[in-house]
Amino acid sequence: MTFTTTIVPNFIKSLRTRRLLELLPIIVTLILAVAVSSVLLILFDANPITAFNAMWQGAFGSQNSTAETLVKATPIMFVAIGITVAFRGGVINIGGEGQMIMGAVVGTALTLSIGESLGALVIPLALCAGFIAGGIYGGIAGFLKAYYDVNEILSTIMMNQIAVQLMNFLLNGPMLDPTTEGVNNIAKTQRIPDIAELPRLSIDLGTVQLFDRTRLHAGFLIALALAVVIYILLWKTTIGYRIRAVGLNPHAARYAGIHVGRNMTLAMFLAGGCAGIAGVVQVLALGYRLQTDGSPVGFTANAGFNGIVAALFGGLNPLGAIFSSGFFGALLVGANGMQRAVGVPAAMITAINGLIVIFIVSSQIFTRRIARQRLLQPAESSPVATPIISDPSADTPTEGVLL
Amino acid sequence: MIGEIFTASLFASTIRLATPYLFASLGETLAQRSGVLNLGLDGMMLVGAFTAFYTVLQTGSLILGLLVAIITGAVMGLAMAFISVTLKAEQGISGIGVYLFGLGISELLFNKFLSTPRTVSGFPQVPLPILSDIPVIGNVLFNHNLLVYGAFLLVPAMWYVLNRTNFGLMVRAVGQTPEAADAMGVSVARIRYTTVIIGGIFAGIAGASLSIALINTFQQNLTSGLGFIAVALVYFGGWRPTGVLFGSLLFSFVNALQLQISVVGLDIPSEFAVMSPYVITLIALIFASKRQDKPDALTKPFERGG
Repeated sequence: MTFTTTIVPNFIKSLRTRRLLELLPIIVTLILAVAVSSVLLILFDANPITAFNAMWQGAFGSQNSTAETLVKATPIMFVAIGITVAFRGGVINIGGEGQMIMGAVVGTALTLSIGESLGALVIPLALCAGFIAGGIYGGIAGFLKAYYDVNEILSTIMMNQIAVQLMNFLLNGPMLDPTTEGVNNIAKTQRIPDIAELPRLSIDLGTVQLFDRTRLHAGFLIALALAVVIYILLWKTTIGYRIRAVGLNPHAARYAGIHVGRNMTLAMFLAGGCAGIAGVVQVLALGYRLQTDGSPVGFTANAGFNGIVAALFGGLNPLGAIFSSGFFGALLVGANGMQRAVGVPAAMITAINGLIVIFIVSSQIFTRRIARQRLLQPAESSPVATPIISDPSADTPTEGVLL
Repeated sequence: MIGEIFTASLFASTIRLATPYLFASLGETLAQRSGVLNLGLDGMMLVGAFTAFYTVLQTGSLILGLLVAIITGAVMGLAMAFISVTLKAEQGISGIGVYLFGLGISELLFNKFLSTPRTVSGFPQVPLPILSDIPVIGNVLFNHNLLVYGAFLLVPAMWYVLNRTNFGLMVRAVGQTPEAADAMGVSVARIRYTTVIIGGIFAGIAGASLSIALINTFQQNLTSGLGFIAVALVYFGGWRPTGVLFGSLLFSFVNALQLQISVVGLDIPSEFAVMSPYVITLIALIFASKRQDKPDALTKPFERGG
């Protein structure tokens, strides 16, 4: 009866401590973020409880606001799922913005040019086109890092700006809707054909219709499905194993016969692809055309950056990203409610997002310390596996930085 | 047409517009030479730009505005140093956090206290006696505000500090082989704190140079990513002040050219003009990566016996 008396309880125990340790930075961060927000609110002469309540009401107060929260969360979720793959592969992808734009541009171009003739296939093909376009754009940064030692943070930031300008050029020139030229200074393409529209979701519960007449769309379900696919890819396939091995320790991976450069590029291709889908979905489900006010975040609404925060907050796990993206969607939608209620500008959320990033990466030192102590105690089973982001170009194996 | 574009005023604005790049990337050079990649530069510039602008708007004192930008820059530098040196957090990601914080807090303060863009009268032009009377060159080089002169004087100053002082030697040692520096009794942490705080101060001044010397206004995301280019310029310039000077001038030239082209009304899509510095940076990064003088310990937290 050793199985039930020792192995199972031990397994549960190890699972529990491991989960706790992985969740610790997130819990600590959440507490700190609430504390700092409260201080900021008090400094702005606002009652934190009123403000948080207004936020909650703004995000979940009605079916419509809940739907808006999920609509806002959807692109963040796509990007966050992708960034999870990149980070797990040891590549810091700041290029979600640019990859989203490239996906949207190519997906929209395909839909507008031959969408009508594709019939029902138009939506999957447009999503694929977006995935490939975003993937190639991300893959370039991964390739440059792997083979030319180009800092991927800087290259992706530059590529974000290049993508924005490319989109602005296309929307003001080749892709401009001839009928709306110059109206409201908003550059936009023609409307996509009806058949390419992603359907809105409403749940029929017999007596009540959930999310009827809201903007909640099928893209949300695609994001959920993608999270599951990427989870399986990362943890149940050889491809995912190789990517994670490269991220954990590129030197060890190389000795084990894993092609580091190829897997880094692949991780960035997948990351860019996920962001690319986000771009297409925004077009096919919400605006029905690609449009921007010309500013860097005119199309993406900062989803590329918020995706980074959500990926970290989701513990670099695609399933965690579902919840963290929902959380940030709620923050963004709720912030408007807060601004109306207590007069504190919604930009506070951007500042808090920054602090969340800082808190999460800074708290790693403490989890690392606990993990090390755990390793030194032979009684404890199951050492904690956490990915390492380190510099693969270094000649000597480095300890790297736990994430 | 060519004559209409390449005027003396084009070169004068090239010099002027180099100011924020120079301040930000020379400070960043110092930090990176000691082994810390401060990616939050843009956020620090934004906060510096807002605080300087608001101070000048309220008090009318330019010096006080600059001083406030220096203090806020130093405080944010201290925070970045604490995160990257003491807490040993991943520098790239925490830098993005600092950037988002700066972006958000500057917009928050702007919306709360100003809400609409206003202008101040910034640092006035100070023509240098005699030198500014030289035809053409005098106007291009010697008829600017004090911050412009300061930025260019910082180039030789930073070169001197890095290459000819004891402190500079320690900075380079800490960035190259922190273990050896530590063994020789140099405090790696103290050097890195110092360089990152100095980098923060210059980022604050760079922000102030935009809001109270060059543009004389503040709005959301005033820098629009200038700080990230400044970080890339350090790679571009091969971690040397002279290289950074060259890169800054190249970028400010492209900026000035862009303005000039729109003034003259040339039929070149402005998007390509805006895009070009980023393309140049990307290409430069590919070549910069092959350089030998990259600090070996860049982005690597130091741990004794690690």
